[in-house]
Amino acid sequence: MKFTEEHEWLRVDGDLVVVGITDHASEQLGDIVFVELPEVETVVAKGDEIVVIESVKAASDIMAPLDGEIVEVNEKLNDNPGLVNEDAMGDAWFFKMKVDDLSALDDLMTEDEYKDFIE
Amino acid sequence: MSDLKRTVLRDLHVRLGAKMVPFAGYEMPVQYPMGVMKEHLHTREQAGLFDVSHMGQVILRPKSGNVEDAARALERLVPVDILGLKPWRQRYALFTNDEGGVLDDLMVANRGDHLFLVVNAACKDADIAHLSAHLSDVCEVETVTDRALVALQGPEAETALARLLPKSKDMRFMDVAVLPMADGSAWVSRSGYTGEDGFEISVPEAAAEVFVEALLEMPEVAPIGLGARDSLRLEAGLCLYGSDIDTTTSPVEAALEWAMQKARRAGGAREGGFPGAERILNELENGATRRRVGLRPEGRAPMRGGTKLFASEDAADPIGEVTSGAFGPSIEAPMSMGYIDIAHAADGTVIWGEVRGKRMAATVAPMPFRPSTYKR
Repeated sequence: MKFTEEHEWLRVDGDLVVVGITDHASEQLGDIVFVELPEVETVVAKGDEIVVIESVKAASDIMAPLDGEIVEVNEKLNDNPGLVNEDAMGDAWFFKMKVDDLSALDDLMTEDEYKDFIE
Repeated sequence: MSDLKRTVLRDLHVRLGAKMVPFAGYEMPVQYPMGVMKEHLHTREQAGLFDVSHMGQVILRPKSGNVEDAARALERLVPVDILGLKPWRQRYALFTNDEGGVLDDLMVANRGDHLFLVVNAACKDADIAHLSAHLSDVCEVETVTDRALVALQGPEAETALARLLPKSKDMRFMDVAVLPMADGSAWVSRSGYTGEDGFEISVPEAAAEVFVEALLEMPEVAPIGLGARDSLRLEAGLCLYGSDIDTTTSPVEAALEWAMQKARRAGGAREGGFPGAERILNELENGATRRRVGLRPEGRAPMRGGTKLFASEDAADPIGEVTSGAFGPSIEAPMSMGYIDIAHAADGTVIWGEVRGKRMAATVAPMPFRPSTYKR
């Protein structure tokens, strides 16, 4: 698993990358009440704001971690956004994307580097 | 947070694991480890304990010894029937300004030979100066600085409080009482800011921690932070001063006609005689051009304060603005309140709010969003 400074995790699954937010991020956000997911087949560039998370406190944007195309979104979050608080690193993934250049993942943080980053 | 004031319960909040934030000049708990959503639901299902010691407690003591003199004097500053407030009863009131705006909202209790006021934390210094400037001929204005104030709210509040203050269970909504406790006396009102049955209890600072810990030891009672306090009051349709009402909103625009009794209206026994009376009496007769309404957005996304409102999906000019908005944990849906042009303010009207550049539909809806359960 790789991590961004925006508190996203990325997991390679075949030729796709699965993206979610970290436990640390979900704790900071508090109870999540709404997740707005991107449309499938959206072509995104790194840094595009593509997910909106509304918690009891405020709205936050999640950015595309890499260039690519959204191929699947986690529909479970539409009915049960609280899943992000329960299982941010597992069942509550946000979207799967086909990335233009898988080697770009090498520039992201490892788990140990991310742990140092949030300390 | 070193320049912030602390309530006498601050160390207890920290021990309970609260996340502390600056609020109205105080270091206050926004949430405990339970989290905002569960704290909200716990209050609706059992009982929640809130530290509201940052609020201002003020005594208006008539120099004559006759509470009616204090009541008449306070009526100079509020469009509310204070003279008609019976002993040991409490009423909601508003300080207005010369333009007919709202300087603060408050609770006024008649305690036999004096009045007891509870005002908002952010306004309390200005309120006390305002009272002193206008009422000192008739009243001593005494700021209470040695008492904590807590609220116990929810369906189990009556059972929980009766274990410490047995006579509290005989009170009904908006009753006030002074009840003996081991260490001084408790000033109790059966009221609150959640839409639930419950109490607000002023206790001597020296006794506050023991009193609160005794409540928190009870299985029904959990500590509740400012986060859940806000979603609870919004579900109950109650205004937050500084967001939903302020010096730019009149009481009629704010849909607070119910707080202005007949005695102070046109043709009443003590018509007018408060700041902004000309505008407010006129609006009571003829209505205002905009009105505070409830909004139920479609879908699950909250429309938060500042969201501009439009009559249609493509209209250019806004017809209003959201002043408070959040997700309602008990109604399991987003909810907002805001001001809207009177032409669009009828219940059932569909309007559009612009959220992150997108127009989203919302329906004007009656408040409270969740029925209140006061013990009348």
